[in-house]
Amino acid sequence: MLAYVLRRLAVAIPTLLLLIVISYILMHFAPGGPFSKDREVPAAVLANLNAKYGLDDPLWKQIWDYLYGIVVHFDFGPSFVYPDLTVNQLIAKGFPVTLTYGILSFLLAVLVGVILGVTAAIWHNSWLDYLAVGISIGAQVLPNFVMAPILLLIFTLWYRLLPGGGWSFSDPTFWIMPVIALATSYMASITRITRSSMLEVLGSNHIRTARAKGMPERRVILRHALKPAMLPVISYLGPVFVSMITGSVVIDMFFSTGGIGKSFVDSALNRDYAVMMGVTILLGTLTILFNLLVDILYVWIDPKIRY
Amino acid sequence: MMIEQAKMQSLADRMVRDDVKGRSPWADARKRFFRNKAAIVGLLLLVLVVLFALLGEFFAVWSNEELDFAVMGQVAQMGAPSIENGHYFGTDDLGRDLFSRTVQGTQISLMVGVVGAAIAMIVGTLYGAAAGFIGGRVDQFMMRLVDILMSIPYMFVLILMLVMFGRSIGMLFLGIGMISWLEMSRIVRGQTLSLKNREFIEAARATGVPGWKIITRHIVPNLLGVVAVYATLLVPLMILTESFISFLGLGIQEPLTSLGALISEGADTITYGTIWQLAFPLFFFVITLFAFFFIGDGLRDALDPKDR
Amino acid sequence: MALLDITDLNVSFQTNDGTVHAVNDVNLSVKPGETLGMVGESGSGKSQFSFAIMGLLARNGRATGSVRFDGQEILNAPLKTLNRIRAEKIAMIFQDPMTSLNPYMRVSDQMAEVLTLHKGMSKRDAVTESIRMLDAVHIPDARGRVRLYPHEFSGGMRQRVMIAMALLCRPQLLIADEPTTALDVTVQAQIMTLLAELQRDLGMAMILITHDLGVVASSCKQVAVMYGGRIRETGPVGPLFASPAHPYTQGLLHAIPRIDHDGDELAVIPGAPPNMTCPPAGCAFEPRCPYAREECANSRPVLEPFAEARSRACFVPLDDVLQYRLPRTPAPQHVTQGGQA
Repeated sequence: MLAYVLRRLAVAIPTLLLLIVISYILMHFAPGGPFSKDREVPAAVLANLNAKYGLDDPLWKQIWDYLYGIVVHFDFGPSFVYPDLTVNQLIAKGFPVTLTYGILSFLLAVLVGVILGVTAAIWHNSWLDYLAVGISIGAQVLPNFVMAPILLLIFTLWYRLLPGGGWSFSDPTFWIMPVIALATSYMASITRITRSSMLEVLGSNHIRTARAKGMPERRVILRHALKPAMLPVISYLGPVFVSMITGSVVIDMFFSTGGIGKSFVDSALNRDYAVMMGVTILLGTLTILFNLLVDILYVWIDPKIRY
Repeated sequence: MMIEQAKMQSLADRMVRDDVKGRSPWADARKRFFRNKAAIVGLLLLVLVVLFALLGEFFAVWSNEELDFAVMGQVAQMGAPSIENGHYFGTDDLGRDLFSRTVQGTQISLMVGVVGAAIAMIVGTLYGAAAGFIGGRVDQFMMRLVDILMSIPYMFVLILMLVMFGRSIGMLFLGIGMISWLEMSRIVRGQTLSLKNREFIEAARATGVPGWKIITRHIVPNLLGVVAVYATLLVPLMILTESFISFLGLGIQEPLTSLGALISEGADTITYGTIWQLAFPLFFFVITLFAFFFIGDGLRDALDPKDR
Repeated sequence: MALLDITDLNVSFQTNDGTVHAVNDVNLSVKPGETLGMVGESGSGKSQFSFAIMGLLARNGRATGSVRFDGQEILNAPLKTLNRIRAEKIAMIFQDPMTSLNPYMRVSDQMAEVLTLHKGMSKRDAVTESIRMLDAVHIPDARGRVRLYPHEFSGGMRQRVMIAMALLCRPQLLIADEPTTALDVTVQAQIMTLLAELQRDLGMAMILITHDLGVVASSCKQVAVMYGGRIRETGPVGPLFASPAHPYTQGLLHAIPRIDHDGDELAVIPGAPPNMTCPPAGCAFEPRCPYAREECANSRPVLEPFAEARSRACFVPLDDVLQYRLPRTPAPQHVTQGGQA
């Protein structure tokens, strides 16, 4: 198992470094960056950048310095637009917010999705099943950027129950809409996957054996069917994670929650490449680590997988 | 929304199996497809949406660029949907006719969806077929590359590219198409691997048919079932992706518009009480997604029936 | 007094293509300690027959009639009643030992849960008892291997595990559904020997479901031949093999390759098993039967006794069947080839 984790890390780390190097090169040659002549960069920013990377140095040395800063000091360098801020400061401000509603959405999507899916499969072709399928088909065409305005319309504009934007760590009413808006479409997908995989498992031979052994239905489902039925769900968690991170941009934009998605879009519109890259690399790292975690979980559940 | 890889794999396995038995999977599939109510509804919806996109212009009183000065400035009061002044869907906050804009948005979204799916389909099929066909180290390398690309949050990279190289519609097509071929290439590779050792391929190779010809003549046609289903299901995904980017203001630029851009405008102006600005684009967005989704699902169920 | 009494058992399935009548009007009984062989082609309904007894039909399946075990009605009994009978009184083993064992659980856990649930044993005692049972089915180094997963065993070993698991509670009846079909020929013989040995030691009755007449001849006392979901002929194994009284039984027996016969030709039963969605009005075997006459196509023969302990369902006079020898056709590769219904 340890060897497997190490081998996976051996792939993950070069991937990350590659991501960093490619982003830097893209940034270097991109039109309108601080490196191109046709753009006026504030003197203070240029001084910052020069001190940090030495813009007159050859490209490979700049890349090396940038990589070194990230890997050794976890330092993404200064912003291209705001002379007083570093990328680290911008990220540190928004990341806890993103993390909070991100984790809550993830849990909501997975828990509700799995419960709905399992329920639908157990009572296959009953009204419960049709309800769950109906909800999941409907929710499937409601991505975050559709859910957000709809929720806002209903809960803020019509019923005035929830604040229409902003963020507070102490007041969970600010959390509700971001979390639901982000979770809905993934919940739907997870319901569908869980249902179809559970149905397949419940019809499989080893479940028939468990029933032939006189196991009560509860035990058949919880102990024999749930684990294999979860495997497709688990392999879907990686993509869900990535999409949720992406979706956080919409949430930050729409609800003014102030997460890192906001910094990302602002920097995209301002061409503040340092911040864009910082956010991309950070989220890339998270994604790769999460995928690693998911793969380990998968191997741990399925004894047949040789690693 | 997403494509269930497990079900696609099951379909791929079925196509190979039926090929072994020498039975055409398409013969019964058509009958099954037309027995599937959801698929028929999807097909009907799609026809309606396409008709709307193609013929909508001829019914419009206002063009999509004209500003109606009569309602400008008091859109919330005067810009509501009305038959009398020709704004069937109302106007947007600048006084432009929302009906015309929705027609245009639907056109562009459909186009983005189809072109994006086509790019993904071609790249994914060729890449996967090549990897599976060549095999060995090359295959290992090509698939490892796919693994690596898949673990990158592509949306951020796409936005990065859009910002760096300008927000052109061409870049958007390229970006959207290039990120969605990965899953597809995997399935196609697996499919190719199991087809590769089939007798008719060996026979072709033995008689000296060149490699690329075997791929295009023998392997690709055999992959058609999986690819067709995948492509149908990719279209709504592409529409979603484009809408997402347009929602952030990084996609389609004025004076062009897409359903995503319209939804974004509608969402921004929702506090002014102009709910039609959100409702009409959203309606067409949702039924378009439903249509493709039902058709793709129906197609897959028709080709890979579970209940025998 | 019979251990298992089956009267008028019918099993049907609702599918998209209509109702499939898998088992029709089956009457059978099994005495304590006795072995009943159930023979038929694939798709003849014999597996569904066994699932129906245990209440294991798929969700779209329906069973009617009566199945009495030890005088107690168990057909369509509430799950609570069934769960006390399954494994404790009636156990079952299946065709494919790889997929029939839970691939995600250790063998020890799969076996021990039977004992902790039915006998209230502690986990520790249950594992000890499981090891004893694995020893009894001749699994070498049972103590060392009990913690493995099913995929770490070979096919024959897996079936032994399956048998050991089924016998943990010492059931009075074992239903073996094609227990050797998925195994190599040499392993098949070992498993059959093992089953016979265990049956003798535990004194249990057995219903052996198979398409392999050789297996039946060597291990069963009573035989029931099934075709198109109906029993065509029953009787003690000796007389039934010596003088088959139904054209289908006759066809089956002629289709076995035999060393003691000269000639290199095998008989085949022409045609394929009937489509069970729309069963024919007459005898289901009529289209393939060399003796078929007019009445066979129009009305259905019922099972009637004709000699001591023997019955058959056929309109053709007994003597005609007994005297007639099937024409031998050139040997094909496949014996009684039948498509899945």
